[in-house]
Amino acid sequence: MTETLLRIANLTKRFGSLAASDGLSLDVLDGELHAVIGPNGAGKTTLISQLFGEIVPDDGAIWFAGRNINALSTAERVRIGLARSFQITQLLLDYTALDNVALAVQAHRGHSFRFWANARRDRPVRERALETLARIGLERRADTAVSEMSHGEQKQLELAIALATRPRLLLLDEPMAGLGPAECATTVELLRGLKSETTILLVEHDMEVVFALADRISVLVNGRCVITGTAEDVRNDETVRTAYLGEGDL
Amino acid sequence: MFKADTAAVAKSAPRRAMLRVAGLVALALFALLLPRVATALGNPALISLATRMVIYAIAAASLNLILGYGGMVSFGHAAYFGVGGYAVGILYYHFSAGEPFLGFIPGTNQFLVALAAAILTSALFALVLGALSLRTAGLQFIMITLAFAQMVFFLFVSLKYYGGDDGLIVRRRDVLFNLNMADDTTYYFVCLAVAVVYHVVFWRLVGSQFGLVLGGIRQNERRLAAIGISTYRYKLVAFVIAGAGAGLAGALMANFAKFVSPDMLNWSRSGELMIMVILGGGATLLGPAVGAVLLIGLETVLTGWTEHWQFYLGPILILIALFTRDGILSLFKDGSGGRD
Repeated sequence: MTETLLRIANLTKRFGSLAASDGLSLDVLDGELHAVIGPNGAGKTTLISQLFGEIVPDDGAIWFAGRNINALSTAERVRIGLARSFQITQLLLDYTALDNVALAVQAHRGHSFRFWANARRDRPVRERALETLARIGLERRADTAVSEMSHGEQKQLELAIALATRPRLLLLDEPMAGLGPAECATTVELLRGLKSETTILLVEHDMEVVFALADRISVLVNGRCVITGTAEDVRNDETVRTAYLGEGDL
Repeated sequence: MFKADTAAVAKSAPRRAMLRVAGLVALALFALLLPRVATALGNPALISLATRMVIYAIAAASLNLILGYGGMVSFGHAAYFGVGGYAVGILYYHFSAGEPFLGFIPGTNQFLVALAAAILTSALFALVLGALSLRTAGLQFIMITLAFAQMVFFLFVSLKYYGGDDGLIVRRRDVLFNLNMADDTTYYFVCLAVAVVYHVVFWRLVGSQFGLVLGGIRQNERRLAAIGISTYRYKLVAFVIAGAGAGLAGALMANFAKFVSPDMLNWSRSGELMIMVILGGGATLLGPAVGAVLLIGLETVLTGWTEHWQFYLGPILILIALFTRDGILSLFKDGSGGRD
């Protein structure tokens, strides 16, 4: 049987009277692509931010690879194998696409207290960064400043940066949102390829994508996980139909 | 600076590189010939003026590391400048008095020793004050760096033993090999050499892995955390390097003026350093030097005309800020482009 890579137990986070996470429990198995869906305001992004250490939960525990990571900072979590992409891109706009990825590669290799050698001539780092850019089809844009890239390209760059740290668990927050059809297709193919390499927790609105890619799906409603199962389980579940799927198309 | 390396501007890159080299050569020639020109014009005061410009270029560049590259608005940089100056002054004082500082550190009149002491002391001050201030960000950071700098200012004001308000006189410039340091032209070239070495080191630093991280911190700290970089340590190291640079400049200034006083640490001096960086162009190698030359030059010219010089300086600075988005140096760049 596959092991649990990420265990979320009774996670609770309140913003005033609103419970973004309300006793949320969820397991992500090693190697699976686990999708999280739910209506707007179900607490999906808040969940990712808590897993990534950017929002401190009020209660509950997060276990990663058998270790409680509640007390770890974001940077420390990244160093033990977490990575995330942001729904609203967080990029270094003055730098080129390649610089953005190379910095992630550089960070993954250890400390950056190197004060003399030209970082942009560091062959191994640059080559590895270029390979990563090529995976998402952005190698032509390597030397373009991020501020001059389109929104879609920036979203894809988010993904490349996350990959550059070689994560064990990739937290993807709506990687398709705002992408054109062609970019969408590239990203879906990329995710399909990534499935065999790393564990993925995917928050996504595009149901077609979720049902096509996910091994398991969890449905979040009002900060709680109401069901976890295969696409088939979720489709047929009565609670899900009323709480969520009923309002949209399926 | 960073952007210039990218293909976004590839078409004009060779021409730009040529321009840059030509500019550097012109600058070097000008700096080297300046004393002769000054003598030919019968205006030796020009040499002193140029020396001050060179020294402030170093101080402003050191601030640029954290302000321009790292995006940390430190409003207390004069403190490290002053600490460097006092290191020279105090060591000289104990040298001539013949009794050791704190009972065990002998005084010195050796230029290199005093410079090293100034760098170390200011770095130590920056380490302590930086470790505390960098726990804050934004407006709070500006205020806390200012507050700490004022504390250091009042520390020296209250040190009656070293002259308090009146400051401390360094009777002779420190000794370097067998150079005639009392000669202003010689001392100008010493400062120029130090400035050149400093800028070469600075240039390597901002292009290094550390420099890349520092620029990233300015642009988006959240992104850096998300790739596994604990930014605090990098900010602190940058803060210490910046403080050390200011201390070096302060040591040169103490030797130049043969005098140190709390005035060196005044908050208005911190403001001047910030103006130099912003005027010339933050996050550029030579922007702060341009800013230093410009500000000190303007001050000198205007004070020659009128005693209300500050009244005229203000509008000039505002005009420059309005018409050059990223400092004077940006005028020589392509139309597009960000801060780098």
